[in-house]
Amino acid sequence: MTAPLLSLRDVSKSYGQVHANRGVNLDVASHSIHAILGENGAGKSTLMKLIYGVEKPDSGQIMWQGKQLHLNAPGDARQLGIGMVFQHFSLFETLTVVENVSLVVPGDKKDLAQRITVLGAEFGLDVDPMAHVHTLSVGERQRVEIIRCLLTNPKLLILDEPTSVLPPQSVNRLFETLRKLAADGVSILFISHKLEEIRAICDHATILRAGQVVGNVDPRLHDASALATMMIGHDVPAPLAAKPISTGNKHLELIAVDHIHDDPFSVPLKQINLQVRAGEILGIAGVSGNGQSELAALISGEARLHGSEKQRIMMMSRDVTHLNPAARRHLGFAFVPEDRLGQGAVPEMSLTKNSLLTAHSKGLVRHGLIRMRQATAFAKACIATQDVRTPDEHAEAGALSGGNLQKFIIGREMMLAPKLLFVNQPTWGVDIGAATAIRQQLIALRNDGCAILVISEELDELFEVSDHIQVLNHGRLSARFKTVDTKPEEIGLHMIATGDAA
Amino acid sequence: MTLILPRLVARERASLSMMIIAPFAALALAAFANFTLYLTLDVDPSAVFYALLIEPFTSWYAFSEVLLKTGPLLLIAQGLAIGFRAKVFNIGAEGQFILGAICASAIPVYAPQASGIWIWPSMLLLGALGGGAWAAITSFWRVRLNANEILVSLMLSLVAVQLLNYLLLGPWKDPMGFNFPQSVMFQYDAMVPTLLPGTRVNISLLFAVGLSLAAWVFMQRSFIGFKLQVGGLAPRAAAYAGFSQGGAIWMSLLIGGCAAGFAGAAEVAGPIGQLQRSISTGYGYAAIIVAYLGGLHPIGILLSSFFMAALYIGGDTAMVSADLPIAGVRVFQGSLLLSYLILATFVRHRLDWPRPSAEIKP
Repeated sequence: MTAPLLSLRDVSKSYGQVHANRGVNLDVASHSIHAILGENGAGKSTLMKLIYGVEKPDSGQIMWQGKQLHLNAPGDARQLGIGMVFQHFSLFETLTVVENVSLVVPGDKKDLAQRITVLGAEFGLDVDPMAHVHTLSVGERQRVEIIRCLLTNPKLLILDEPTSVLPPQSVNRLFETLRKLAADGVSILFISHKLEEIRAICDHATILRAGQVVGNVDPRLHDASALATMMIGHDVPAPLAAKPISTGNKHLELIAVDHIHDDPFSVPLKQINLQVRAGEILGIAGVSGNGQSELAALISGEARLHGSEKQRIMMMSRDVTHLNPAARRHLGFAFVPEDRLGQGAVPEMSLTKNSLLTAHSKGLVRHGLIRMRQATAFAKACIATQDVRTPDEHAEAGALSGGNLQKFIIGREMMLAPKLLFVNQPTWGVDIGAATAIRQQLIALRNDGCAILVISEELDELFEVSDHIQVLNHGRLSARFKTVDTKPEEIGLHMIATGDAA
Repeated sequence: MTLILPRLVARERASLSMMIIAPFAALALAAFANFTLYLTLDVDPSAVFYALLIEPFTSWYAFSEVLLKTGPLLLIAQGLAIGFRAKVFNIGAEGQFILGAICASAIPVYAPQASGIWIWPSMLLLGALGGGAWAAITSFWRVRLNANEILVSLMLSLVAVQLLNYLLLGPWKDPMGFNFPQSVMFQYDAMVPTLLPGTRVNISLLFAVGLSLAAWVFMQRSFIGFKLQVGGLAPRAAAYAGFSQGGAIWMSLLIGGCAAGFAGAAEVAGPIGQLQRSISTGYGYAAIIVAYLGGLHPIGILLSSFFMAALYIGGDTAMVSADLPIAGVRVFQGSLLLSYLILATFVRHRLDWPRPSAEIKP
């Protein structure tokens, strides 16, 4: 038997007191689509960073086609034919798509733009090669990352949660691509929490728990709940039973909102009407880049409507059209943004200080002075209730993994006891255990009478939590569907409808 | 043989030891760079370093002069550092200092005979207001038109110098002053009381130390200070939380402007005793270096302002005793800031030496 393409022997890596990886063994065969499964903080991202040369192992060996490997930089890895799509993107925001690609892929820019368009059409990864990255949504940025990797013709492609931002139809197309690539001899390391997807596409799964390998299985031979049990070490709790849909007061209402943002690359919003009542969860489905970020900024108050008198945004029956984010929060509004690092949290500040960002009105400030003891207690409570994996509340937000930080931010906003909660991409990059917990909390909050608006690209999630679903496509909002009376396929059709059909 | 270069790798958290070491290492680095410079200039380095670093502490008089210079540097740097933490770069403290001096001088210029205990406190207050008003021009245009505050505040400093020249050559010129461009000598009640008998050190130094403590409380404990820091570190997080960006710009520039204006007032009502062209020896610019050398931290600035003041006094002596050109002191200050900014990188980063990468060549 030939040597595996990549093998790891007894690899360990620690960050301070945290053992991210302990004695990990891994073999990736050629032509294989290999899943890495694990909860948040189980060490998946760290393991991938070691393979890609971003970090170096403290001990252990990495072998590439039977030869020992010392990677000093991702450039070394790319030279060997290892490509990676990160969970946190590595794109320059001020450059265009094609400029970002040309940093890694040699070639004439015009030619590259052409190849990007062709590849995009082939794999359903449509993106404008001339658009500046800062104008792109998270979903579009991920497409750029995938395209950029594919253009380097890798032998091993590492995908860190690649499907989380794709609509169901595109996921199937991506899977076809991946299968084609595997058949051509490219091995794929596939990190995902979506167990059904892993079962659909992967021929091998390595399961990590607390930095250690706890299993090597063929995922096709196990059902999803068995895999989930292996991953988290115990059974997944059943979802909370939802109360019947309430007919409480309207806590959020958008009336005839038309909005063109100053940014020329943004998606104009057209005639947006929606309402969320107390005790109800409204889900907004759609592929990102269809106006989600623009809508989110309008609701949070970071962008303000200008122009016609007819457009209104109401919260708790008050006209908030011209109120700033702070004034809206004062009315009982809380918001979890899509971008955790830099928007939902300050990377260089401790979790305690990050609590103050929005929870300052909860008695953490008196006479203009910060009450450190109360702020610490708040952060501690948030870490405990959300099971945030961190050494302590003094850890900087930037040192937490994406999913853990999301848990912290969601916990912080929930502890504000909001009347209206708006969550943009609640579980993006969050593992199944934590995602289930977050969804349960959303439903519990709804049952307590909170009005909740959720924007998500994961249809399964919206079907799990929402009472009603509307689809955002090309800046327009579809009619309102009652979740129990509709099917994912129907919503999916609205998500990919072109032009004015939505 | 390929050259193996180290990589700059982000630390998981800021290194406290590096934060403390950086200013001292910067001093060593700057001293070394200037050492070679002095050799090429044919100046005796040992004489220069003795004059710069030792002589200010060899006599009580020299030491008191160091304390005197510490006052304005400390005041201005504390004010600027608050803005710098919010990433509002007020480079025009020099102009705000001059406006503070001008506004304070208005009282003795227009009421040279007035007496009473109220005069010098009113002058300091007026100075702070004047400096703040000058800085307000910058923040107005920054908030209104997004005009770059670095350029606006810097250019306003040049305007301030011309305003000073106009006053001293025209309406405020001392009629008995033999046509020198300077105002009347201020009366006794227009002078800030002396702190240490027998020296020129006055109580504005106490105000400067008091401001340092206030700045410490403000940045560490106050919610407004927290908001300013969030705005500096992550502007989008500040917008998300609903902290007003315009408010942060106003706050930063007004604090910086008032502190610089206060320092300017204390200078004319203190050691100088009249309004003249040479009221500032670049305090407004040196304070930028002081703020950064002190790590933008109120306690650090306390030390760095004292050090920079010693460098001023030492520079004066070095010009006489070691024949150092006047630009030599400025070069030393500049290289010190440059060294510090280089070394400050290692507070959040470290060097990583790669292992030989021969095995991986395909």
